[in-house]
Amino acid sequence: MIQIEDLTKTYVMGEETVTALDGVSLSIARGESIAIIGPSGSGKSTLMNILGGLDRPSRGRYRFEGDEVARFSDDQLADFRNRRIGFVFQSFQLLPRLSALQNVELPMVYAGAAPRARRERAAELLERVGLGSRMGHRPNQLSGGQQQRVAIARSLANQPDLLLADEPTGALDSATGVEVLGLFQKLNTEGLTVVLVTHDRGVADAARRRIAFRDGRVTEDVRS
Amino acid sequence: MSGASPAEIVRFAAGAIIAHPLRSGLTSLGVVIGVAAVVMMTSIGLGAQKRVTDTISGLGSNLIIVTPLQPRTAGGVMGGAGSGQSLSDADTVAIQRQVQGAAAVAPSVTGMAQVTADGANWNTSIVGVTPEYLEARDLTVASGRMFDDRDARQGRKVAVLGPTVVTQLWGEADPIGKRIRIRGAPFEVVGVLGSKGQSSFGRDQDDLILAPLETVRSRIIGRRIKADSVQTIYVKAVSEEELGTVQEEIDAVLRAEHKIQPGEDDDFQTQNLASILEASRAAIGAFTVLLAAIAAVSLVVGGVGIMNIMLVAVTERTREIGLRMALGARRRDVLTQFALESVALSLVGGLIGLGIGLLGAAGIAAIGNWPFALPVWAIPVALSFSSLVGLVFGAYPAWRAARLDPIEALRRE
Ligand SMILES: Nc1ncnc2c1ncn2[C@@H]1O[C@H](COP(=O)(O)OP(=O)(O)OP(=O)(O)O)[C@@H](O)[C@H]1O
Ligand SMILES: [Mg+2]
Repeated sequence: MIQIEDLTKTYVMGEETVTALDGVSLSIARGESIAIIGPSGSGKSTLMNILGGLDRPSRGRYRFEGDEVARFSDDQLADFRNRRIGFVFQSFQLLPRLSALQNVELPMVYAGAAPRARRERAAELLERVGLGSRMGHRPNQLSGGQQQRVAIARSLANQPDLLLADEPTGALDSATGVEVLGLFQKLNTEGLTVVLVTHDRGVADAARRRIAFRDGRVTEDVRS
Repeated sequence: MSGASPAEIVRFAAGAIIAHPLRSGLTSLGVVIGVAAVVMMTSIGLGAQKRVTDTISGLGSNLIIVTPLQPRTAGGVMGGAGSGQSLSDADTVAIQRQVQGAAAVAPSVTGMAQVTADGANWNTSIVGVTPEYLEARDLTVASGRMFDDRDARQGRKVAVLGPTVVTQLWGEADPIGKRIRIRGAPFEVVGVLGSKGQSSFGRDQDDLILAPLETVRSRIIGRRIKADSVQTIYVKAVSEEELGTVQEEIDAVLRAEHKIQPGEDDDFQTQNLASILEASRAAIGAFTVLLAAIAAVSLVVGGVGIMNIMLVAVTERTREIGLRMALGARRRDVLTQFALESVALSLVGGLIGLGIGLLGAAGIAAIGNWPFALPVWAIPVALSFSSLVGLVFGAYPAWRAARLDPIEALRRE
């Protein structure tokens, strides 16, 4: 599904350049479950952002189902994020003024879905993540775990091909974290391709493929 | 791929406005004041124009006023209008005979006099006229009759009273047939004029007495003027189109009558009400535009206020913008959302300002006894102008929002 070759990202900050990704090459097949690990500053988030179409590489190739994503226009990239990718952030990133249901509807609004169909699908997704009784709640009326489950429901709204989660349990206590990770595992067994960044060795070991980063390079890529 | 529907973008914009009602209200306030000021100024200006129009056309329609004018003397001193005695009965006759388009030619003399009747007395103007005066000045007789040529020929002392004089002398009673004394001379009341009401300059147009020209000249004004002198000749043209021609003909006839050589100044003056009207309307119009333009400056200030708040909003909501982009919003969607937000703020301000402006103008009209003019075209103009202000001043903040980089925006606290 995904091939990346020699992917490089550098940031120029005045005099010095920071190399966040240093010639990364890998491929991801449909249905895989991948855990990305590595010390802080090793380039994990940078890779996730490029995979998710949020950021562009400085150099290298990123092919998604045969399309060269690095050459997408802004609008194509917006549509790519909208249809192909589900993104789950460490800090949930829910809009505080909107209810859980409205937050889940948001990607479908930008996809141009009809209001009714959109509402039904959002409700169904919230049921699936166990929040059927919290649809009208605003983010500040929900616990962290519940908020992250709303975010997961939202990431699934337009039936993405790839689910990206950058430290999705980083802001949760361990028990809630386990629940959320269980949800990702379940989605993966249902056929969704999942890539998640984690600091938790146990979680990483549980994944079927583990990629380790250091200083912007892949140091380990193992399947269990 | 369809993308977000415009209705949804409108909903997002409205949501943001409603989320901060106080702030939105204050942001719109500048536009409210600006639009209200423009609408009020325009309405007042139109009212003034209307008032001037009413006043001038109240003098009579298609009217040309002929008055004596002291020609420039050797010393260069110029006499005011009406100060001379250059007009005479012969002029009236000449105009009647020679000017084709004259529907009515009405000479008049005026003097102030004390009037007494049944123990009451009143000071009023006594106007000596011929029966044509009614037609020339668009006057009507409400009860009784106007005196006629026979009354005039026989030198009868008859009078037609303005309603105010009647009220002052008798109150409610019917005055027809009653006797009054003007400067001691007895007159019989034969008619009462229909009311013309207060003129816009506050003068009571009903406070006068009409009597035959000859009678007034000899009995009331007496030796102060020549026996055949008249003070004003009112000429009513047959139609508005004829006004100019009639005026020129009068000028020609009177110059011939007064034997004025080419190059010499006239000893009379003709004034065409339509041109006076046009001139005053144009002057007031220009003044109104000036006032409205000054008021429009506050509209621009209002626009700057919107821009300021929208820039703050874009900064505050950077993360929201980043998130929307991450979820698939195109730059155009973000641009539209923020532009609509400022247009909506400005448009709502414009609507409220329009209401306040009209209410204010109506209030001023009521207090100042001033005609209220609703500037109908001001409604679409105010609304499209305030939308435009929102668009112009919202464009830059919206562009700033759309230009944000999603990753940078998401990372912002
Ligand atoms: N916008 C930026 N400007 C400059 N340098 C950046 C920027 N974003 C990331 N970097 C640098 O790139 C490197 C990789 O950052 P990245 O966020 O990918 O690390 P990470 O592996 O996700 O770390 P963490 O585990 O702490 O989240 C770091 O050295 C970081 O300082
Ligand atoms: Mg990171």
